[in-house]
Amino acid sequence: MSVADTPRREWLLSDQPTSRRQARLGQMYRTWLAFRQNKLAMIGLGIVLLLVLVAIFADLIAPYDPLISGDLRTARLVPPSWDHLMGTDDQARDIFSRVVHGSRLTLMVVALVAIIATPIGLLVGTTAGYFGGWTDTILMRITDIFLAFPRLILALAFVAALGPGIENAIIAIAITSWPPYARLARAETLTIRDTDYIAAIRLQGASSLRIISGHVVPLCLSSVIIRVTLDMAGIILTAAGLGFLGLGAQPPQPEWGAMIAAGRRFLLDFWWVATMPGIAIFTVSLGFNLLGDGLRDVLDPKGRG
Amino acid sequence: MSLTTNDPGGRSSAPSRFLWKVTKLLATLAMTFFGLLLVTFLIGRIVPVDPVLAVVGDRASQSVYDKAFIELGLDKPLYEQFWIYLQKVMTGDFGQSFLTKKDISEDILRVFPATVELATVGILIGTILGIPIGILAAVKQGKLADQMVRVLGLIGYSAPIFWLGLLALLVFYAKLGWVAGPGRIDIAYEYSVTQKTGLLLIDSAMQGQWDAFRNVFSHIILPASLLGYFSMAYISRMTRSFMLNELAQEYITTARVKGVPEWRIIWVHALRNAAVPLVTVVALSYAGLLEGSVLTETVFAWPGLGQYLTNSLQNADMNAVLGGTLVIGVIFVGLNLLSDVLYTLLDPRVRRRG
Amino acid sequence: MTDLLNVKNLRIAFPSRQGPVEVVRGVSFAMGRERLGIVGESGSGKSQTGRAILGLTPPPGKATADRLEFDGTDLRQATKAQWRDIRGERISMVMQDPKFSLNPVMTIGRQLTETYRTHRKATKAEAQERGLEMLNAVQIRDPERVMNAYPHELSGGMGQRAMIAMMLVTEPELLIADEPTSALDVTVQIEVLRILDRLVSERGMGLIFISHDLRLVSSFCDRVLVMYAGQVVEEVKATELTRAKHPYTKGLFNCLPKIEGGERPLPTLQRDEAWAL
Repeated sequence: MSVADTPRREWLLSDQPTSRRQARLGQMYRTWLAFRQNKLAMIGLGIVLLLVLVAIFADLIAPYDPLISGDLRTARLVPPSWDHLMGTDDQARDIFSRVVHGSRLTLMVVALVAIIATPIGLLVGTTAGYFGGWTDTILMRITDIFLAFPRLILALAFVAALGPGIENAIIAIAITSWPPYARLARAETLTIRDTDYIAAIRLQGASSLRIISGHVVPLCLSSVIIRVTLDMAGIILTAAGLGFLGLGAQPPQPEWGAMIAAGRRFLLDFWWVATMPGIAIFTVSLGFNLLGDGLRDVLDPKGRG
Repeated sequence: MSLTTNDPGGRSSAPSRFLWKVTKLLATLAMTFFGLLLVTFLIGRIVPVDPVLAVVGDRASQSVYDKAFIELGLDKPLYEQFWIYLQKVMTGDFGQSFLTKKDISEDILRVFPATVELATVGILIGTILGIPIGILAAVKQGKLADQMVRVLGLIGYSAPIFWLGLLALLVFYAKLGWVAGPGRIDIAYEYSVTQKTGLLLIDSAMQGQWDAFRNVFSHIILPASLLGYFSMAYISRMTRSFMLNELAQEYITTARVKGVPEWRIIWVHALRNAAVPLVTVVALSYAGLLEGSVLTETVFAWPGLGQYLTNSLQNADMNAVLGGTLVIGVIFVGLNLLSDVLYTLLDPRVRRRG
Repeated sequence: MTDLLNVKNLRIAFPSRQGPVEVVRGVSFAMGRERLGIVGESGSGKSQTGRAILGLTPPPGKATADRLEFDGTDLRQATKAQWRDIRGERISMVMQDPKFSLNPVMTIGRQLTETYRTHRKATKAEAQERGLEMLNAVQIRDPERVMNAYPHELSGGMGQRAMIAMMLVTEPELLIADEPTSALDVTVQIEVLRILDRLVSERGMGLIFISHDLRLVSSFCDRVLVMYAGQVVEEVKATELTRAKHPYTKGLFNCLPKIEGGERPLPTLQRDEAWAL
């Protein structure tokens, strides 16, 4: 560590922060220091960052076009080589390029599901928890009903109804993802609801809407975000499963699950076609799992398990 | 989802408290089933596929079409349609499959044993391996064994089951030839075993057909191991955390003070306490295997509920999809209920409270 | 006569981010078949001292000592087999709160006979009989019912009696009682103490009585060790407590309310940083 870093470090780790910003940044820095200790979590973070970078620079990284076939006479089902790192598929497309471009789809699924499901879960959970009584009973019954279906099965039914396609797959996964977040947010809200400072805000005449959005939601946010991060791998696997069953992204989109399904026919003779996209799914969901585990260890030591 | 009821009637007498508990449980169950039905019904209504065309075919005349339209009750308001749906489902009528032209309830009854057999062998493997492995990890916390169990679990959490299934088929069936390939039984044996329970391992064993039994076993072992591995990942992780929690309790120190040998402390004192929440975990992962079976059965051409569901999906056979979904939902709720009941039986603190 | 227990320079350290933290820092004492009290406030290391004697320092803590001998056996070098012969058989410990220290899913009977059968070759019936005798000895009125009861079905006082029965069923030579009555109602405390007192004198065993309650210890024990911040700051005969020299002991003693008036409000303990050095 260079000398110039030391004052900033001290400022961050100060016992007596002079401003709210310093306290908050200091807290984040401390969390980061603890997180950095966890090697596996750092590997996870690395994988996730790599996924993001690959998705952004897919056009630059991929040596071939992911959708256009090569020479069907000579370049079909070529085993991995320097020309084609992961070989080619039955349409003579470079699998490596397809896997690289597939990262965009994976990232899109994960991001969109998180963006759709998290607010729904937060809204339902905090409302139920804050108002209690009948509101709580009804909202939680609905949540329980959604939890009564295994996730993939419910997503299957929704996609079957909405029609196959990656957008519908995203909607279906989001619909099946929010209930656990709602439960978590409700539990957090119940502990916050009766605290004195919420009572103080109420006495100042703040509306319920304001209390929930301004005070309850921010406090629930961190635990819900940890939970969402932990769920990311599951979301990826569900999306890949839907793709594998032909209900997610449609050909010729380079979605990893659908690519495995396509490679299944040639499994015995041309193993790489189905294997390579699987490695990609595995790596990325492992990355999210490691990251989520690490985050939980650092931010929520009680929830370890 | 938890169906454990909280007892608000604090100090009332034991029998009335018991009655209250049962009533509340039944009410919760009824509401959950009602909700399940509502969800499947609504999904059925948003389908872009015209249900009339599915019945009469797209070359039917307008009059045939109109007749079917009224027969299906589609002219009635939505709540009335739901009421009809409710009545039908209660009598086990999920309608007809567009694909097999049979009653869906009949179809489901036919394919269901295959799924049960697969999931049961899977959960047995997962539990028998998962619990000792989890205990090992807890006892060796932070040591190499613990790390290895953690990595093993992480792989289980991260690998797509259908992909692992394909790789397993490639290696153990195609390359090594250790196990039989896709399917449940070879055609040679298919008609020699009379299906009584529908569970081929049991049927063939009861009829003394050991060749057939071996054949069934070599078919089931690979998909079941795969499912077993995934449930093992979950069970071992939960076992580890429950055991760590128990081993830190004061009564463990008491047992050590008494000079009780370490194996007894782990396997009797701690495990007996950890078993209480573990039952829930095993029941939940059994339910999870039903979910996993959709993909696994597709990969292994296993003629069970999962494959039935995906087949129907790919052929837009909506009645069959919703029937299958509903059945799985009901089983899911049932297993949750079962785990709660077992929990009560295992924990004396709950049991004696009446 | 050799000492029953001889401890010299016992140190217990727990690792932390800032390096090891010593919670017990060089405790030494020797005792025969007598009653030794260890008094100190929470965090003074008294309970850890008790556990270290049984080799039960919770990991990642580490206990070291120049000498740790029980009846001539070096406990520092004790093998697993030796420990099994010592724990529960020759040294026992009554723990603080029966709510936590009894296994919630095993009946009292099973836990009680387990101690006996771990150390004696006995049939189930023999162990059962011995257990009933022991429950009688701790003045439990219907021992059969208690044998079949689960810990949560017993009151705190009953639970602690069962605990005492469980720890004394093998007639050990040394009993460590770690705050045996702090978790109980005041009215029950006296009864449980009386039972403990009687059993200890009848059997003529050594007792280490760990408590934060100076008066209780002084009325119950022959000798008192006063611990502060991991060290023994004073060792006095129970009868001579009024003549204690260390300011901490004096302070503790003065803080006790006295029936015949005395100062009001009660003085608070003034600590001196030098004591902890």
